[in-house]
Amino acid sequence: MTVNSKICAVIDYGMGNLHSAHGALQSVAPDTQVLVTGDPEVILRADHVVLPGVGAIRDCMAEIYAQGIDAVVREVAASKPLLGICVGLQAMMERSEENGGVDGLGLFRGQVKYFGDDLRENGERLKVPHMGWNTVSQGKHPLWNGIADDTRFYFVHSYHVKAENEEQVKGRGHYGVDFAAAMGQDNVFAVQFHPEKSHNAGLALLKNFLNWDGQA
Amino acid sequence: MALAKRIIPCLDVDKGRVVKGVNFVGIRDAGDPVEIAKRYNDQGADEITFLDITASHEERETTVHMVEAIAEQVFIPLTVGGGIREIADIRNMLNAGADKVSINSAAVYNPDFVRAAADKFGSQCIVVAIDAKQVDDHWEIFTHGGRKPTGINAVEWAVKMADFGAGEILLTSMDRDGVKTGFDLGVTKAISDAVNIPVIASGGVGNLDHLVDGVKLGGADAVLAASIFHFGEYTVQQAKEHMAAAGIEMRL
Repeated sequence: MTVNSKICAVIDYGMGNLHSAHGALQSVAPDTQVLVTGDPEVILRADHVVLPGVGAIRDCMAEIYAQGIDAVVREVAASKPLLGICVGLQAMMERSEENGGVDGLGLFRGQVKYFGDDLRENGERLKVPHMGWNTVSQGKHPLWNGIADDTRFYFVHSYHVKAENEEQVKGRGHYGVDFAAAMGQDNVFAVQFHPEKSHNAGLALLKNFLNWDGQA
Repeated sequence: MALAKRIIPCLDVDKGRVVKGVNFVGIRDAGDPVEIAKRYNDQGADEITFLDITASHEERETTVHMVEAIAEQVFIPLTVGGGIREIADIRNMLNAGADKVSINSAAVYNPDFVRAAADKFGSQCIVVAIDAKQVDDHWEIFTHGGRKPTGINAVEWAVKMADFGAGEILLTSMDRDGVKTGFDLGVTKAISDAVNIPVIASGGVGNLDHLVDGVKLGGADAVLAASIFHFGEYTVQQAKEHMAAAGIEMRL
């Protein structure tokens, strides 16, 4: 590892296991220092920042606010490449209807909605959570470089993003309803699926992120 | 295009080695778990499940190290089951790199454990494993590797576990496990219809048509198999191609 090696900060705000995200990022960029941290100073010094998230959004947002991560994320969003994953994406939306309604960071325009208890496709009942490998119809964005359109990624979620501004939708998914599988605006990109669990396609996306200068 | 059905190779691990028994007894060594997990990952497995059948608590440390070693090299979802009895057991496995844990006997003895686990870590990482055996005209839950009857109706139990926050059901037919005559499609269909969470069918796979039947007739969202892959009869890729040829949506 050289003194000038780049730093990628994976924001740790106490919500779940970040082992996978750390391991996957480190594996695609052995020369990058991948740090799992909640320290604002380290996060603001990093070249690339990842906002992960699992579980209930109320708990995630509560921790984000309690630890002052909201201000850090806003500063990162204004200055360097930022990748949101799963609930990390949902936290970047304006509002989620989960847990009786929770305000998000509003980096993207739109809402987070429940799939519903009676989700159907051509009359057939669909299980919730949406769990497993589904296709993503890609928009134009450098983070898709080298990944074939409609490649499958691994999803686990019961709530989905309904975007307000179509121009911010960089990947479309479908499970009973259409939903935003990827959002992007300037130097911020966020995905509903788990790239760190999506085998070669996921690793390729993470590699693209670490090579990304934040220009859309 | 739609959500793909999943194929999940299962590694029964004892003291750091992959083993496979017939009807839960009669162990046969199948190799090093890290190597095997990497092979299945390369063959396109959609997830990998480990069932730790190690008897003693001390030897569980071996499993933790094994999960760490695999999680460093395999970037698909990993589930670990066997001996998950306390919140601390779940935390240990998640910290080692597991994405989900599978809870079996502990759920039967203390159903609130499932609720507490789902509250703490989220339903997405809590799998409830059900070992079912046909008794007259219905299915009952058995514990202790199929030796101990509980008198609990398997379908009712699955519904209760979903209500308690399980994110997925791993259903093993004890009558079929290791005997290669196909899944018990009756109980698979009954539970799959009764719950609104994904169901993984397990126990009895002997050929690739059994996997197709598990999805098409059993209504399973995922199929789990061990010995057909361990001993080189089929690759995961062959299994996926066979299922896709039968009209099932797969990730190829």
